[in-house]
Amino acid sequence: MAVMTQAPAPGTRRQMLAEFWFYFRANRGALYGLYFFIALVLVALLAPLLAPHDPILQDRTALLTPPFWQEGGTTAYLLGTDAVGRDILSRLIFGARYSLFIGVVVVSISLIGGIVLGLVAGFFGGWIDMVIMRVMDVILAFPSLLLALVLVAVLGPGLTNAMIAIAIVSQPHFARLTRASVLGEKNREYVMAARVAGAGRMRLMFRTILPNCLAPLIVQATLSFSGAILDAAALGFLGMGAQPPTPEWGTMLAEAREFILRAWWVVTLPGLAILVTVLAINLMGDGLRDALDPKLKRS
Amino acid sequence: MIKFILGRLAYLIPTFIGITIVAFGFVRILPGDPVLLMAGERGMTPEHYQDMMQRLGFDRPIWAQYLEYLWKLLHGDFGNSIVTKQPVLSDFLALFPATLELAICAIVIAMLVGVPVGVLAALKRGSWFDQVTMTVALIGYSMPIFWWGLLLIILFSGVLGWTPVSGRISLLYYFPAPTGFMLIDSLLSGQKGAFSSAASHLVLPSIVLATIPLAVIARQTRSAMLEVLGEDYVRTARAKGLSPGRVVGVHALRNAMIPVITTIGLQVGVLMAGAILTESIFSWPGIGKWMVDSISRRDYPVVQSGLLLIAGIVMIVNLVVDLLYGLINPRIRHR
Repeated sequence: MAVMTQAPAPGTRRQMLAEFWFYFRANRGALYGLYFFIALVLVALLAPLLAPHDPILQDRTALLTPPFWQEGGTTAYLLGTDAVGRDILSRLIFGARYSLFIGVVVVSISLIGGIVLGLVAGFFGGWIDMVIMRVMDVILAFPSLLLALVLVAVLGPGLTNAMIAIAIVSQPHFARLTRASVLGEKNREYVMAARVAGAGRMRLMFRTILPNCLAPLIVQATLSFSGAILDAAALGFLGMGAQPPTPEWGTMLAEAREFILRAWWVVTLPGLAILVTVLAINLMGDGLRDALDPKLKRS
Repeated sequence: MIKFILGRLAYLIPTFIGITIVAFGFVRILPGDPVLLMAGERGMTPEHYQDMMQRLGFDRPIWAQYLEYLWKLLHGDFGNSIVTKQPVLSDFLALFPATLELAICAIVIAMLVGVPVGVLAALKRGSWFDQVTMTVALIGYSMPIFWWGLLLIILFSGVLGWTPVSGRISLLYYFPAPTGFMLIDSLLSGQKGAFSSAASHLVLPSIVLATIPLAVIARQTRSAMLEVLGEDYVRTARAKGLSPGRVVGVHALRNAMIPVITTIGLQVGVLMAGAILTESIFSWPGIGKWMVDSISRRDYPVVQSGLLLIAGIVMIVNLVVDLLYGLINPRIRHR
């Protein structure tokens, strides 16, 4: 595979995008991941149009109906119903909204928080740097799911609090990455030039240095996106995330647990939705890493 | 080397203090009065309330309370559980071997499978073996393990009837547990069938817990191997006519293992998070399930100290890995 030069060739934004797309496209898995992700976004946006039923409407005449291809299934409920007669397909479709929403919110909070803390720590150095990075060390010393679980116990169970908790535990990764890139960039000549030209601190941090630190952050953002979906589903599964009757995939699994030996579809399908979504995002992440970060080994 | 060890230890102290502040602050930021929380549903008389406030030291300034908390911790006093009335530390020590046994089995599975798969995938880069195993590894890495556990229960316990659904050993067996490790204790007990019962209970949880570390180790081993195989010293070794087995086994693998060992160390935190889910699914009586149960029972002294103990263990393991890393890689030690 071709080797990219370390600094992006001078060129317009369009050229850089074209170059990025050239490398991203070479990775077939990443491309499939991207297609699936786009499809999922469409499903989430069009959920009310696509879903055949109301996701929380209970049909007491059709409890635990199997999927249509199995004996006893009907085409009215393509993927069957759960223990209180709700259509699983509709719940899965609406669940896509929650998972994507969780990913977007968590990544936005932790990305912004991490960038600000990392920039400040790396740019100013000294005791500010030390305090910020020690706090990040402390957060990282706890297993993330455990800390999120305890935070949710403090804040109270629910989707919003689960998202806040997951954002707090995933934010140190962004802070560390930003700080490391800032330390690498801040003594380079272009920063000196900007400083000499009279750029203020804010401008130096956000306009001069930050754009050159973005590549690893974008890769980490995709990883955190899939991680957030997994963690939120795990919290939902433990009863500390989204609360019933919310059609969140992890919560659906928690409600389905007692039927695992009687009705395979109520357990299998929500988990499959989580797996495929996370897999698609991770495939995209691998492709992004290869395309954006030529320093990492292409493999 | 001693300087290196001391440096690492000194580095840990602020982190450890931070962890105690988090554990201490956790109970403070809970909504509601801590004494009323501990009193539970029954409530208490005003006199009793005052007495409790004084006895627990809540009437004193917060920094004094923190110092006293720290002082107690240093003397091994982690408080008492509201539910069992036992010291938290003794509950923890009683349950920890179950989690440790599970975690050791999981990491052994992950290493025994992950390292060879990663090495082979790197050696046969681009082959169907490489593509299939790395796809499977990415699926494993993306796996919601709580769902994966349920699937395995459906298949192996429900359909095939090969393994039990939950617990550590069949209720038919009862014997003293000197080590706390069910596999060893069941062997020591000499009871017929006890060991196979314990082993069959352990199989599914270990596989579930091993899944993500296995995927990470396989991917990391492959990329570390690929990097090392491109180095000059490997080319030299090849050029001077060493057998391919020796080049890979001695020259490449030993150097590739350095980042892999770090990765394995980092998996300890992942294992603890995984243990929470795995133990909940399989009703495995370890500290993961204990923490989840305590959170839902609002047994806050347990949550507080459990958090501290688990973070402490993760920190110590990471320290050991760091030291090992310095031991096998002198470049780090002398930096």
